[in-house]
Parts: sequence; structure tokens; C-alpha cells
Amino acid sequence: MNSSSSLINALFIFVLAGFIGFEVIRRVSPLLHTPLMSLTNALDAIAVVGAIVLVGEHKDTLSAILGFIAVVAATSNIVGGFLITDRMLKMFKSSRPAAKTVAK
Amino acid sequence: MVIELLYLVASVLFILSLKWMSSPTTARHGIWAGEAGMLLAICGTLLHHGIVDYKLIAIALVLGTIIGVPLGRVQMTAVPQRTALSHAFGALCVTLVGSAEFYLRSPGISRFMMSVLSIEVILGGLTITGSLMAAGKLQEILPQRPLTYKGQNFVNFLLLAGALVIAIWLIVHPEAKSLFPFMVLIALTFGVLLIIPIGGADMPTVISLLNGYAGLSAAAMGFVLDNKLLIIAGALDGSSGLILSIIMSKAMNRSFTNVLFGAFGQVQALAAGTEEAKPVRSAIPEEAAAILSAASRVIVVPGYGMAVAQAQHKVRELYDALSKRGVDVRFAIHPVAGRMPGHMNVLLAEADIPYDRLIEMDEINGDFPQTDVALVIGANDVTNPAARSDASSPIYGMPILDVDKAHTVMVIKRSMNPGFAGIDNPLYYLDNTLMLFGDAKAFVGSIVRELTGGHG
Repeated sequence: MNSSSSLINALFIFVLAGFIGFEVIRRVSPLLHTPLMSLTNALDAIAVVGAIVLVGEHKDTLSAILGFIAVVAATSNIVGGFLITDRMLKMFKSSRPAAKTVAK
Repeated sequence: MVIELLYLVASVLFILSLKWMSSPTTARHGIWAGEAGMLLAICGTLLHHGIVDYKLIAIALVLGTIIGVPLGRVQMTAVPQRTALSHAFGALCVTLVGSAEFYLRSPGISRFMMSVLSIEVILGGLTITGSLMAAGKLQEILPQRPLTYKGQNFVNFLLLAGALVIAIWLIVHPEAKSLFPFMVLIALTFGVLLIIPIGGADMPTVISLLNGYAGLSAAAMGFVLDNKLLIIAGALDGSSGLILSIIMSKAMNRSFTNVLFGAFGQVQALAAGTEEAKPVRSAIPEEAAAILSAASRVIVVPGYGMAVAQAQHKVRELYDALSKRGVDVRFAIHPVAGRMPGHMNVLLAEADIPYDRLIEMDEINGDFPQTDVALVIGANDVTNPAARSDASSPIYGMPILDVDKAHTVMVIKRSMNPGFAGIDNPLYYLDNTLMLFGDAKAFVGSIVRELTGGHG
């Protein structure tokens, strides 16, 4: 249960992370907007940690079942998200030979 | 303590991961950082002292991997629907965990906790069905046309209000367990109805918006579980989705509310159909090839039609053939070309076209007057000069690619049928415009054959 100070802490983190997100993502090249979306999707699937605890603690059947489906859904996002982002980024090649080695 | 520290490292890695996405040269480091952060976080979570059942976790992780691998290996043309589907999966995880937490904790839920839990479940619920609907429309299982009916916004508003009333009731009376499923159900229904009136041209905005909702619901879940890593990841994802939707709706000169609550150009589409046919000039592949090979500067403008026809590899051959002849070929990318942010870039990169040849709208627009040929492949509304000049056009004010300012404009198009939004495009009737009627892939293929003189 949250005491009011840990609520304030959580709000601080949320607002500051939102600002960092805004500043960092504003700088992402429009070239990479599609891989950006699949990457943030994979990162967002960090929600899996909450689901893992639900399944692992096994407090009752309902929460274990819901948690189980949640872990499956989030894991498929992690695996699929990183895989496709990597495949997409591998395709982006520069015509300048110097940059080619980096992109490859 | 160890878990918290691992979460801290993971948070830093996640932020670095997004930071490295700023340029294609560092972007792959971003993936590694993201993967490392994810691995640390999951391993850290497994150390959680309350965990007794590792077998079930392992089964779920393996099952998720089995589903995830094929989803990571879809064709590049299927990326928009895959992305929509993964928004649905992410939201599903969040909604299920939120529901489980409610039943575990009720009735001992503080008002604040119940508020964030409601946000988590309502946002999550509408994102699940909304994203599934979007994926269905993109996969063309569902009709892509916007479906509208009288009083649509009123019905949607009532539903949302209903969900909020239940949420408020639960905040005051968290013991009313039987009401909770109704709140989830309404959110799910709302998600379906929200996407029904949305057409294909609005998909880039809608996918971004759903991305943002998925992130915000995950952040709300972080509040419920008092998990800082989750709050950070959710806030990052949420701001990413919101920034992208702002960019997308700006590129269409529309507000969020307009995208969500007004189907595109319905009335105007009917009006456009009544006009008499105007003369257009058309050309065959031989003529198009001759004009292209005589040019020194060519700008290709790809759109959704190129994706549908899977023409990107033929376009690459055209790029090679023209480059070999010393023609300077570049690609003009409109922010909302295609069905999701960055869609065209990925398809052209897949076809091995160097990314430094893909130029953003604002950067390339000034170059059209010095361009010999603008070749439009499967793009329509993003090239419509009515957006600049005709105040009565439904897309008036939308930033467009100024292809009409090129010396010659060639438009590859199946027929004179107006585009998705049903808006007539005056570009096709200009004196410097040549219409190339046919399938994008076949037509570009014929041009390439003419240019190379071969029969391949």
C-alpha cells in the first residue's frame, strides 16, 4: 500500500521520465519512426515483471491464470519486438562506404 | 535491494536505448541496451522473495517466445498490423495484471490506488480492442472504410462516461467487486467503437495514439505495483506515442479530436464524384523511360500504393538503372505516407535503398522547382495541391509535397478513381502531369526494362 510520500515519489519519477522521454524521442530521426515504435513496444513489455510476480506468488487461481496469460502476451512482445526492430535496423544502409561498416 | 538496483540499471539502459535511436548509425546499440535492460529486469524479478512457482513462469516465458518469434519474422509490408497487434498484447498484459490485482486487494484498496487501477484497466481495455480493430483493418480482414452512423460520438461519449461512473463508484466503494467486470467490458466496447469510424489514411495517427495509451496504462500499472522501472518504461513509451501522434496529426493538419471524432471527408467525397470528367494526359512505359533517362534530377514520391503493390524492389531497380546513367535520384518522404510513422523508410530500406537518399518533406520541398521529374508512386493526398490553394478542400492546410512544382510530374496510378479519402486531386489535370496507368510494380518493372534494354 502506498503511503503519500511514496505516491509523491512515484509521481516525481513519472513526470521526470516523461520529460526525458519527450526530449530523447524528439531527437529520433523520422527515418526510424517505425523501428522506434517497435522498440518502445518491446520496452513497454517490461510490464512482464508485474505478471511474473503474480504467477510466481500464486496467491489464488484467478490471479495465477490472468498472470500466466499476461506473461505470455508480454513475452511475445519482448521477443517479437526486439527481433523485428533488429531486422529493420539491419536494413538501413548508407550509400557512403565509410558508414557502411557501422550500419552492417 | 538487489532487485531495485537491477531495475535502476535497466531504467538507464532503456533511456540509452531510445537515445541511440536518434541515428541509424547508433540505433543497433539501442537494441542491445534494451535487450540487456530487459534481461536484467527479468532476472532481477525472478529473485523476488515471494515467488514460489517457477515452473509456471518458465512455461509462460517459453510459450510467449514461441508466439513472439513468428511475430518478429513477419514480412516488412505487414509491419503496421504487427505493430497494432503488439499494442494489443501489451495492453492485454497490463489489463490482466490490473484485474488480478483488483481481486487480490479488494476491498482494502485506497482511493488513490483504485483511481490509478481504473486508469490502468480502462486505458488498457480500450487499447486491446482498439488495436485489434486497427490490426484487422490493416490486414484487410475488416473493411478499411470508415464506418459512421448518426449519433456515433454521442454513443462513444456515453460509454466512456459509463466507465468513468463505475470507476468513481469503485473508488468510493472498492468492495463492489461485481461492478469491476462491467468497467472492463465497457472499456473493451469503447475501443471497438473508437476505431470503427477511422479510415486507413488516419492509421499513422491512430497507431501512434494507441502506442501512447499502451504506455500510459503501463505507467499506471507501475503506480499500482509501486514499481519504478514500470513507471519509467511506461512514461517513455507514452511520451513516444504521444509525440508521434502529434507529429502525425500536424502532418495532416488535423487535431487529435478531429482524428478521433470525425471520419475523413465523407460529405466532400460525394460532391467530388458529381463533377464531369476532365482531360488528363497519359503515357506508356517507353515514354516514361525516355523522359526519366533525359532527366538529371528525379524525386520519387512513394505512398501506400507502393506498399500494396509490393513495388519497393522494382523501385530499387529503377533507382539503380537511373543512377547508373548519372541521374540524381532521391526519395521524398511525407510523414504520413503509408499506414504508420516511418512506413515508407522501412520498405525502401528493405529494398536496399541507402537511407541518405530518403529525404523528409521539409528538407526536400524547396528542391522540387529545380527537379526535372517528380515520380509519384502510389501516393495521392500527400501530393494534392488543393491542400495549398483550395480552402474548400477537406485537406486544405495539410502540408504536402510540392510535386506540382517539378518540370514534369509522372503519377503511377491504377485508374482515375479518387484516393482513399475520396478527394479529387487537381494534380492529375495539370499541363505538366503525365498519368501512368497501371499496377505500380508492373509499370515500374516495364520502365526498368526499357532503361536497361534487357528483358529481365
